[in-house]
Amino acid sequence: MKFSRSMVLVSNDPDSVRLGAQEVYRRFGEKLLELGLSEEVTLAQITDIGRHDALPLVIVYPEATAYGPVTVKDVDRIVEEHLYKGRIAEELLAPVKELSGRIGWLKARKGASPMEKKIVTRRVGRIDPENIEDYIAEDGYQALAKALHMERAEIHALLEKSGLQGRGGAGFPTGMKWRFVASTKSPKKYVVCNADESEPGTFKDRIILEGDPHSILEAMAIAAYCVGADEGYIYVRGEYQLAQRRLERAIVQAREWGLLGKNILDTNFCFDVHVHSGAGAYVCGEETALLESIEGKRGEPRARPPYPTTHGLWGKPTLINNVETLANVPPIVLNGAEWYRSFGTPSSPGTKCYTILGNVNFRGLIEVPMGITLREIINIYGQGMKNGAPFKMAQTGGSSGSIIPASLQDTPMDFESFRRAGVSLGSGALLICDESNCVLDLAITLMKFFQFESCGKCTPCRVGTERALRMLTAISRGEGKLEDLDTLAAIAQEMEYASNCGLGQTAGVPIRDTLKYFRAEIEAHIRLGVCPAGVCEMTPAVERV
Amino acid sequence: MFKVAEVPSQAGQTKDLTRIVEAAVEKHGAHADAFIPILLEINRDYGYIPAEAIRLARKLLHQPEEHVLVSEGQLYGLASFYHMLHTEKTGRHVVQFCESAPCHVQGGRELWKAIRQTLRLEAGETDPEGRFTLKTVSCLGVCGVGPVMLVDDDLYANVTPEQLTEIFGKYE
Repeated sequence: MKFSRSMVLVSNDPDSVRLGAQEVYRRFGEKLLELGLSEEVTLAQITDIGRHDALPLVIVYPEATAYGPVTVKDVDRIVEEHLYKGRIAEELLAPVKELSGRIGWLKARKGASPMEKKIVTRRVGRIDPENIEDYIAEDGYQALAKALHMERAEIHALLEKSGLQGRGGAGFPTGMKWRFVASTKSPKKYVVCNADESEPGTFKDRIILEGDPHSILEAMAIAAYCVGADEGYIYVRGEYQLAQRRLERAIVQAREWGLLGKNILDTNFCFDVHVHSGAGAYVCGEETALLESIEGKRGEPRARPPYPTTHGLWGKPTLINNVETLANVPPIVLNGAEWYRSFGTPSSPGTKCYTILGNVNFRGLIEVPMGITLREIINIYGQGMKNGAPFKMAQTGGSSGSIIPASLQDTPMDFESFRRAGVSLGSGALLICDESNCVLDLAITLMKFFQFESCGKCTPCRVGTERALRMLTAISRGEGKLEDLDTLAAIAQEMEYASNCGLGQTAGVPIRDTLKYFRAEIEAHIRLGVCPAGVCEMTPAVERV
Repeated sequence: MFKVAEVPSQAGQTKDLTRIVEAAVEKHGAHADAFIPILLEINRDYGYIPAEAIRLARKLLHQPEEHVLVSEGQLYGLASFYHMLHTEKTGRHVVQFCESAPCHVQGGRELWKAIRQTLRLEAGETDPEGRFTLKTVSCLGVCGVGPVMLVDDDLYANVTPEQLTEIFGKYE
């Protein structure tokens, strides 16, 4: 392994590239060569690390100094000052985020956003994702080595003790799922990583896959060893080209190093992984639809039971976990269940990645302990509402999440508390809306999404989404009747009870939440013919039938 | 009804298409789990998946002695199900606008209106010159910088209505 005195990382996520990150990267190369530093300083590109306020971001290690936003002009100065003379170019530093609030005790590492507790994203942005040596230098594949010397039952018992829950949205206990698959008697089993992240507003999995692909391979190998599988698939959504390329590269490297393939680490454990690209279908995030899609069929969900744990891919027992869930596994194996339980709340241990979006000052990805409140997220991580406007509602977990009114702002965000409040944590997107947004308009957008993405296999979802969308649209034009609200509530309930899969079962949630928390606003559209937020375009009264 | 035989094929194009389909099957192999990657590859290289391509692909993929059974109907079913696969010819450039809630709240509402006005197209339409096809797309996973718009493979983020003329002007 080549050693260098410093390392320069330049962000190259789509937004950075748009702002000129490629030019910055190129200029760094030229300038380092010019000053004869190319041998001493490593230059690499990293993915998004959640600092959307300071892109393109440049981080210099070992000092972990973050510069941003960096322009081509600034490059010469950084190289001359920091890398040549060894002085930090103070005026170019990325703005520091303030420390405050209830969770302020969390240690801030240099270069990380303050108050975050990073477990699954700890390497993202710190290592070169295309180099396995970087990953190994950061404790990579240690957990696999440790796991291969543990009893299989010990591993799922450890996960059960750690309290890890599925991070895809449902929150199912991961250890239990592993135990189910491990207990099946089949000579052939599969491990599948669900990376078909299509929930609107969610991009945590992309960040993990692009920034730390080996962590998923390692976790899948541990899972395969634990449940007795020898083949794995990573189902990556079609739009995530960069993630696919990096995973494929990582697989090649892992095979070269003997960490995938036959007789891994000189044991008799064999395991290999394929990357499978999706082709644009939201419903394939549903696990049985995902399996259908791998098998070369339309992504239409299967009837359950039987569950994939017994009858999965090609009819064999299959373990399916979300990217973020898997990324939690190696740290737990390495550090133990007690360590993991020291974060988060007793019922939901660990951390959760959230993507903060909407009308806030800071938009991006954070990883924080379970159990912090929405108010904290908005005010500390989101740096407050944009233009100081009052908070109206938040939409969690992409489209199948809930609409959370201001009155639930102080509910701790963990699976248990949210379930009790009757809302859902979902996949970790937080769309924060201020008062300039109309709840009906938001509900229409969500319903449009479901109507578009419904696979059409079962009637409640196919017809229900279409009818609901038409009805909501009519109300938004001032053409609704009060009875429509009852019909809408009935449609929402029918979809929830009678649909085949999660898509249809949650498609009614926006309607249910809207009617529960914002009924007055909807009724204003009908009774008064006005949109209180001034968003919906009303048909003039004279033209109405 | 889906019929393959009636589709007229232009001589030069068919030749390329054959090569594209063969290369895709070669690359991914004739297995059930390769059907979607193969169609993606054809779509990427040819712009869309004509009926001719499905006929060719089926011929190469259907191998009863290898226990790989597939019909043209099944392949067409895939091509029409997945949003990234097109069964009809598109314009020279495909404009995809993200119409998910995060972009919608972050200025997408106004932008969508402006895009339709600028291109004089509705979702799913292609202009008479065959220059642009306008489509809506579900979340592209770059919501941190919404509203976003995809023109072919170029991603435009934080787009405002004022930038549209300039952006579209880059594509002939």
